[in-house]
Amino acid sequence: MAEPLPRRGPGPALAFVVLGTLLLLAGSILGLAVAPPENFMGDVQRIMYVHVPTAWNAMLAFTFAFGCALLFLFQGGWKWDCRLEAAVEVGVFLAVLLCAQGAIWAKPTWGVWWDWDPRLTTTAVMVFLFTGILALRHFVDDPLKRATWSAVATIIAFVDVPIVYFSVRWWNSLHQLQSSPSTVSSVFHLPLRLNAFGVLFLMIGFITLRTRTAGLRLQGELAPPLPEPAAAPGLVPTRAGA
Amino acid sequence: MRELAAALHKEALLQWRTRVQLAAIFVFGASALLLFSFAIGPNSAALRLHAAGFLWLALLLSSTLSLAESFQSEMEQRAFEGLLLLPASPLALFYGKALSNWLQLVLLGVGLVPVMVVLYDAGTLRLPGLLGVIVLGAAGLAAPGTLYAAMTAQARAKQTLLPLLLFPLVVPVLLAAVKATSLLILGDPMEQARSWALLLVAFDAIHWSLCGLLFGRVVED
Amino acid sequence: MEATGICRRYGRRWAVVEVSFTLPEGSALMVSGRNGSGKSTLLRVLATAIRADRGTARVHGLDLRADREAVRRRVALLGHHSNLYEALSALENLQVSARFLGRDPGRRALGALLGEVGLEERADDAVATFSAGMRKRLSLARTLLQEASVVLLDEPYGQLDPPGFRLVDGVVSRLRGQGATVLMATHQIDHAAALCDHGLVLEEGRVAWRGRAADLPAEGGLVAVGLPEGASA
Repeated sequence: MAEPLPRRGPGPALAFVVLGTLLLLAGSILGLAVAPPENFMGDVQRIMYVHVPTAWNAMLAFTFAFGCALLFLFQGGWKWDCRLEAAVEVGVFLAVLLCAQGAIWAKPTWGVWWDWDPRLTTTAVMVFLFTGILALRHFVDDPLKRATWSAVATIIAFVDVPIVYFSVRWWNSLHQLQSSPSTVSSVFHLPLRLNAFGVLFLMIGFITLRTRTAGLRLQGELAPPLPEPAAAPGLVPTRAGA
Repeated sequence: MRELAAALHKEALLQWRTRVQLAAIFVFGASALLLFSFAIGPNSAALRLHAAGFLWLALLLSSTLSLAESFQSEMEQRAFEGLLLLPASPLALFYGKALSNWLQLVLLGVGLVPVMVVLYDAGTLRLPGLLGVIVLGAAGLAAPGTLYAAMTAQARAKQTLLPLLLFPLVVPVLLAAVKATSLLILGDPMEQARSWALLLVAFDAIHWSLCGLLFGRVVED
Repeated sequence: MEATGICRRYGRRWAVVEVSFTLPEGSALMVSGRNGSGKSTLLRVLATAIRADRGTARVHGLDLRADREAVRRRVALLGHHSNLYEALSALENLQVSARFLGRDPGRRALGALLGEVGLEERADDAVATFSAGMRKRLSLARTLLQEASVVLLDEPYGQLDPPGFRLVDGVVSRLRGQGATVLMATHQIDHAAALCDHGLVLEEGRVAWRGRAADLPAEGGLVAVGLPEGASA
């Protein structure tokens, strides 16, 4: 397989991070200070301005990881393994953030930290699913096995996500009406869009940076590439005695 | 097909020779059921209400032991690799192992039912239904469990890694199986158990095909 | 069998580097070298147990990568690990392998095979009770069962007693008599030189010497081919 040399420096990735942060700042200021409070839920609903973008991008990260897994298994190439590692890590981070946001919303609204909302519960399961994959990567030393196995595990985990969602939704539907902070009833879509792109750019930046790190580490693990074969080795005559 | 028959023959031999381990795992599962009852307290009504959940938790925990064991004998002297080189198709080897694990889990589940009935006063007359749920639920654990057991048998920290990978994956199985079992025990006025069983069938169908397809990549270089 | 530029790495190290050779059908090659020189890795690549990172190899014209299954049908490997199920008996281990090979030899036929390797009395004992030498013999029986046209032996003399040595010699001679191609990785240079036609010495994964097996000097063979003193054979 081709060597995982990172071709560009961290420049473009950092640009994404900066741009993303700026967008996120703008969107958050608009969402927190400028937009009117929501009709029923009041100020608490403002969390939607970060919750929805985080949700979209977490799913995007995991979908990208799924794509990388497929590409690695069927096309090959270490770069897909590096991207997979980065995407899963960023995805897990976003998913944990999502669960935290959900809890922050649930406590003032329902009085409990967790309300078994299907989307949020599925997110929690996803956190464990993909953290397991990160753990798998940690405990396998051989780079090729590690890459192949995490690709396989990612595919299985990703396929499982919709099943988990449907089963939790059904399981919970007998107890509660669906409730989450993600219903966008406010007229102000601008902060939402700004934040969505903000988080997106941040995510792209972080994934790119992390891919680079993974590539560098992989280079350190793999044996250096051999020089192209020289002329065929000639016969070495035996010598009598030492 | 011939290779599948050969694989099943091998599994049967191995299962028979290591049947003592199965008994030990059963004892583990039964003791788990006992411990769960201590967590609730001697409240008969509450115990009965949650009996289905505890049964499946006990089975899930036992499955990590039985699945891990299933690949122990394959990897210790590279017997599995020896078969692959004969050549034997990874598909046949996977399905042979998965079917064998399935049977083991069904036996464990069926064995734990009387323990549950006694400890939690949670019996049911709908025994065929209960058996059906156990069969479907065990299948949901067996297929991905076999795949991950093959993986983790070759990795470090095998005991930790298998449950870590498997448990989140089989959440739908747990939900559906517990729900269905609970309905069978406590009463099912709206005949919902069948729908949960269908969810299990869907999960099983997806994972038995997907894991079989991916198994080759996991065991071959 | 012919190999061209086989390379294989393990983590940071290249275990096999640019190994090439041609082995005519029916001949025997002995591969020697210090511990860690890549002999086992090379054999495992040729048996398709692991893939080469670079290079190609053909067995009976079949490519190792493209026709892996067909290659496996023609090649048998006696490796470092016994490939046995410890919980099963000697006979059952052979039965399992036979079934996968599409055969169902009766107890008597398998018993005869066990007799050839000196294990007929322990046919029904679990392999877990066997000594290392007995496991080697059983693995040898399993290798013979495959009736392969190319047989790769990795340290076949390891763990065996003197009768075991004679057994391996006999097996190799018989295989050659049947027209099989044999590739043996071994430290027992004297023994192997008498049985094989060609010889190869690996050093740090590369071919350090190639020639006729008889030319690999009997005593201190490694030293004589120019490798530094202190090599542990």
